[in-house]
Amino acid sequence: MLLENMFTDDNLVWMDGQGHDNDIVLSSQVRLARNFKEIPFPNRASVTQLTEAKMRILNITSDFSNITKENYTSIDMDKLTNLQKNVLVEKHIISSNFLKNTEARTLIISINSDIAIMLNEDDHLRIQCMQSGLDIKKALEKAFIIDDAVEKKYDMAFDDAMGYLTACPTNLGTGLRASVILHLPGLVATNQVGKIINVSPQLGLAVRGLFGNTAHGHLFQISNQLSLGFEENELVDNLTHTVEEIVSHEREARKALLSYAEEKVCDQAWRALGVLKYARSLSDKELLQLASNVRLGIDEKIITGINENVFNKLIIAGRTNYLTNLQDKESMSQREVDKIRADVTRRIIASSSVKE
Amino acid sequence: MLCDNCKKNEACIHITQINGNKKIDRYLCEDCAANYGEFIMQENSEDQPEVFSINDFLSGIFHNTPQAEETAEPVKSEEYTCPACGMTYMDFTRSGKIGCSKCYDTFRSKLEPLLRRIHGASKHNGKIPQRAGKMLNIQQELALLRKQIQEYITKEEYEKAAQVRDCIRRLENDIESKE
Ligand SMILES: [Zn+2]
Ligand SMILES: [Zn+2]
Repeated sequence: MLLENMFTDDNLVWMDGQGHDNDIVLSSQVRLARNFKEIPFPNRASVTQLTEAKMRILNITSDFSNITKENYTSIDMDKLTNLQKNVLVEKHIISSNFLKNTEARTLIISINSDIAIMLNEDDHLRIQCMQSGLDIKKALEKAFIIDDAVEKKYDMAFDDAMGYLTACPTNLGTGLRASVILHLPGLVATNQVGKIINVSPQLGLAVRGLFGNTAHGHLFQISNQLSLGFEENELVDNLTHTVEEIVSHEREARKALLSYAEEKVCDQAWRALGVLKYARSLSDKELLQLASNVRLGIDEKIITGINENVFNKLIIAGRTNYLTNLQDKESMSQREVDKIRADVTRRIIASSSVKE
Repeated sequence: MLCDNCKKNEACIHITQINGNKKIDRYLCEDCAANYGEFIMQENSEDQPEVFSINDFLSGIFHNTPQAEETAEPVKSEEYTCPACGMTYMDFTRSGKIGCSKCYDTFRSKLEPLLRRIHGASKHNGKIPQRAGKMLNIQQELALLRKQIQEYITKEEYEKAAQVRDCIRRLENDIESKE
């Protein structure tokens, strides 16, 4: 992926619809929080100290390329337009927190965008690795490769008892946050999502809607909340097992849904596809809802002749900043965005259709 | 068979519900199956915990801790200023952010109970950096080997146990020579 495509591509390697349980799990992510030993954490560091932290990593980026066999680009946050920064947030490549201060804030990103390192967010390093489908282990492996390369060169903030030291004590210990994006239309339709959300704190996990509390597009993100006292593998296994459980509940719910409301599911799926194919104006919420219905239709073999990946592409391409940036404009009215969104949707649907 | 829920209509759908390790079979009519989810929600609603965000939870902890401890044992405020970055414990309770790696040493005794409340633990168990943690790496390996030797002994695989014992001795010598 070229740098200029980063803001315009509707395809992300780690959201390509592949991987384990890819009918329900969109992607897996691992993030490690790390700090250098002698430099104060970003919230108390001077610009000189922040620059020092940044340069340390920029100096070893070629090591990352050598061990991961991928090329990396570095992007200074103060050189991007607001729109470009927001596109990166929409694509889950950076956090919105990363944009609060842009001085000496730099993103290092692999050509495939599956490895992204935020420099000077809350911690000196936030190493993020992404993977399609349910494969947190693989994401963790990649993160450790980068982490090892950093540790080989520099002394990290670490304490025998408390582990890796982080700016926020909630990340202390392993510095690990693993998360998974799930599509759960069956559990939503059968009103069972609340059950999962309520049980998750007991398991040290948190569940939230990917796009706000109402979980537009029936998309959810589940992540570990505890980072201290467990091995990284234990944390990852705990999350993986819970996700597997949720996946099997989702499959059950879909089965139940189809057994008592097949006609309705079928009608909703085809109806949604019809709207996406012909609409001339679409809001972001409407697009997510319809795209989710289509995806369920594809998964349940109701709709054929369309690549299931269409859902993933629509999630990325339906976002407001992405669409505005695509038009090379600073800002657009709601009406204009909704029109462009419908145009882009029609194009994606057409290009995802497969001849039978 | 009549529907488990309304006991009126003929059951036509069989749903297996799994709660932890409890398995419950349900036979429902079409109407009740359509409301299946809500029906489960009602049933379990009593033993469900309140949903709260991790941030509410944290600020609750920060605001309780200093008060509770100040009344118990008043401390001089300069004891709680980090010598490296100048942060005070009050700064931390306000921002929720630690200033540098030295802060963790400075505030260790105050942070430990906090960590136990956030994570349910205060002892790191995961990865150890190659440079900072050479000794710790050896100790972790020793712990693992000691567990292994016990297993071999219970399985009466004495030859393997002897090999492991040699490894342990070598590592112990390593530590001694470094100290
Ligand atoms: Zn009934
Ligand atoms: Zn400090």
